Amino acid sequence: MRSKADFQSDQETRWCPGCGDYAVLSAVQAFMPELGIPPERIVFMTGIGCAGRFAYYMDTYGMHGIHGRAPALATGLATTRPDLSIWIVTGDGDALSIGGNHLIHALRRNVPVKILLFNNQIYGLTKGQASPTSERGKITKSSPFGTQDRPFNPLALALGAEATFVARTLDTDKQHLPAVLGAAAAHQGTAFVEIYQNCPVFNDGAFDALRDRAQGAVNRIPLEHGQPIRFGLENARGVIRGADGDLEIAEVADVGEDALLVHDALREDPSLAFALARLAERPTGPTPIGVFRAVKRPLHGAAAVRNADRPVADARQLDALLHAGDTWTVA
Amino acid sequence: MGKTVEQRERVVVRFAGDSGDGMQLVGGRFTDATALLGNDLATLPDFPAEIRAPAGTIPGVSAFQIHFASRDILTPGDTPNVLVAMNPAALKANLATLERGATIIANEDAFTRRNLEKAGYQANPLEDGTLSDFRLHRVPMTTLTTRAAESLEGVGTRDAARAKNLFALGLLSWLYGRPTDVSERWIEAKFAARPAARAANLAAFRAGWSFGETTELLDVQYRVAPATDVAPGTYRQVNGTTATALGLIAASVRSGLPLLLASYPITPASELLHELSRHEGAGVRTIQAEDEIAAAGMALGASYGGHLGVTVTSGPGMDLKAETIGLAAMLELPLVVIDVQRAGPSTGMPTKTEQSDLLLALHGRHGESPLPVLAAATPADCFETAFEAARLAISYRTPVILLSDGFLSNSSEPWRIPDAASLPQIDPAFAHGWVGTGSGETFLPYARDARGVRPWAPPGTPGVAHRIGGLEKQDGTGNISYDPANHATMTRLRAERIAGIQRELPALAIDADEGAELLVLGWGSSYGAIRAAARRVRDRGLKVAVAHLHHLEPLPPNVGALLRAYPRVLVPEMNRGQLAQLLRAHFLVDVHSHTKITGQPLFAAELEDAIVDALQG
Repeated sequence: MRSKADFQSDQETRWCPGCGDYAVLSAVQAFMPELGIPPERIVFMTGIGCAGRFAYYMDTYGMHGIHGRAPALATGLATTRPDLSIWIVTGDGDALSIGGNHLIHALRRNVPVKILLFNNQIYGLTKGQASPTSERGKITKSSPFGTQDRPFNPLALALGAEATFVARTLDTDKQHLPAVLGAAAAHQGTAFVEIYQNCPVFNDGAFDALRDRAQGAVNRIPLEHGQPIRFGLENARGVIRGADGDLEIAEVADVGEDALLVHDALREDPSLAFALARLAERPTGPTPIGVFRAVKRPLHGAAAVRNADRPVADARQLDALLHAGDTWTVA
Repeated sequence: MGKTVEQRERVVVRFAGDSGDGMQLVGGRFTDATALLGNDLATLPDFPAEIRAPAGTIPGVSAFQIHFASRDILTPGDTPNVLVAMNPAALKANLATLERGATIIANEDAFTRRNLEKAGYQANPLEDGTLSDFRLHRVPMTTLTTRAAESLEGVGTRDAARAKNLFALGLLSWLYGRPTDVSERWIEAKFAARPAARAANLAAFRAGWSFGETTELLDVQYRVAPATDVAPGTYRQVNGTTATALGLIAASVRSGLPLLLASYPITPASELLHELSRHEGAGVRTIQAEDEIAAAGMALGASYGGHLGVTVTSGPGMDLKAETIGLAAMLELPLVVIDVQRAGPSTGMPTKTEQSDLLLALHGRHGESPLPVLAAATPADCFETAFEAARLAISYRTPVILLSDGFLSNSSEPWRIPDAASLPQIDPAFAHGWVGTGSGETFLPYARDARGVRPWAPPGTPGVAHRIGGLEKQDGTGNISYDPANHATMTRLRAERIAGIQRELPALAIDADEGAELLVLGWGSSYGAIRAAARRVRDRGLKVAVAHLHHLEPLPPNVGALLRAYPRVLVPEMNRGQLAQLLRAHFLVDVHSHTKITGQPLFAAELEDAIVDALQG
């Protein structure tokens, strides 16, 4: 069995002190031995942004690509090399702004890659501009009077693109994060994982409602397939379907255990997962975490995967191709 | 009454009709029959950008030109000897290209008042003397086709009328003595599943032939003997698209690297995506990407994985790929980018040809990011140029831009098929262990061999796992480095590696008359027109030297010496003088430009004039 150290590269990590990326890196390195895959068959592909540096710190194969394009680069790699375990590390600007098109199409195609989206709701590397997940009205260097645009809900976006695996976890949760990574690794197809990640310099405390031990105990809504959705101190609260069909948060004592919604991540129809993704508009109060959806669908390049050993043509086949159609000979 | 048979050395025929009339199909069939007869040939399809412009209008005219001869020919011909006009718009759109005395075969049934109005004719040009300078043959093609087909079982009037293009094919096949069995076999196969359509088309084709044979309207039949000045070998007809696809597949086979083509649909580059997507059996994978950027990224991702990554585009697609090409230059990984040039800027004229992306290919990226640029000269030459582009990309771990254009991709000519086993092997020379290290412990992804080429270790190779990226990297280790001296070193090394390719390039071949004082230097698809013009100039007893560049970056080693060896240099291009500007800058030679930016290829006649002017100038 390999150890965490086998996946740590010799490069000095250079994120700001206290950055949530350290916690995620450490958790991913510690998780890698569980994959049971030799490091040379693992590839980390990244775009631009603080999260983009991730590739340099993993002692696997890695490519630090261009802004937003990691899903495109990874699609080319995954199509041709189904023997590899491919992980994309991206951020909210990289995945949801400049790379939005590649993201939704990777999800649509169900390319066999894992996507870890570090969402800190701010541009960090470029030093503090609003991101597509920044809350409306946020004052940043690029929005001194507050942002005017409504933010994306990353999970709702992924579900809208009919992603086959959608999950959310937290940078500093040493139990939950590895469990979600394990579920993502086990998924056949594109696994989309949003990781709430604190930026201590430009957006500190954005996820305190969940990351803080005391607040988290109140606000984290853990999703577990087949289980009633309950949360809070002594599991006193839960999620029910209201009279109008919308999801609501209720006191278990008021509605009774039988009224609680039972989580079903395997439902073909994504509408329940979508409703759960929209349960919390912002991660400032009760917010679901865990695996929202995990369904099976044919993989992109499934034909190629079936013929993974398909060789290139030999000289005889090439000759036949060159001579295809009507030919004539001049003596 | 017996028909007179006259010999012709060369003939240019142009089929023109409405987009829905099937002119490209007829042209293609006539070309196949001509190829099998053994004539040398060159073709030029010319169709509108719109799928179906309003029927009967000038913008809706689709044409196909073929030049065939009993000797080596170089271009699809400047002006047609015979125009087949299926409607008034086709006549009007093409009349200006005809010289006096040319033959016009018009489908007189289509010259109705309504069609004349759509084409902007006040009166019927078949009747008002407009065509008195031409040899006009009025043939009621629609009527004759309908009459031939309507009695057949299951054939409706509509099926019958639609087959009139095959009538035209039959008539022209008779006129030039083309073999009929090829076309009949094709009709049988094409309509195998639709007996009525098959019967109607066969009947139309035979009716066209018989019309020529029996009526007195056409009293002369022409013969163009098989070409004799061609090298021995087995030939087939190819257009630039097919030749490019085969060149890429050949490079895949000879390198052992499976081919991945990722592309976003764009005219005229989509044809290559269509062509390669049919070759899964040869290990080819194709992806229709979500956009141009993704297409380049997917191709580069495949190359990273040790495959041969290729992307193809045209026009604005090239602008979008610049970012990924820059990454490939930084990563030093193979990537073949094929630019089927079209008239710009912006959307420009998508179906019209131009050579205006040369400076873009050379310089259209931020930072110092040199890469090899090649250009194909003829449709068949696309095979060798695509093979060479892939070879350079793999051998030198670099993005390569291959410049083709709309003219090359659609035009066809006979191609002497190479022996697959005689094509050069391409060695990807993958890294299997540690390279170039003093300590013997660390893999150095940016250690270089004598040519400046770094090791290529695709994921999955044990013992050499490493990280690469778009950030500047330390010489040797590939680790991130912002050191000023290192950046200068790496910039120089990247440039020297590409420039060093020149050492293995053959000297530029020159075809020169003794004592010639003018060098005509071209590149890309103007090859045929330049050679044909030079031939005409020489027929006039004048002296000229001609050379043609396939490698635009780096240039062959003797280009500077050649330019200085001639008192005058003329560079014809379908742009505003991009190569001329480069040559002036590189070699301080007073190069003269001949430029054309009409969306049409250069013609031999206009180049003949330009060369004569330059000789006298």
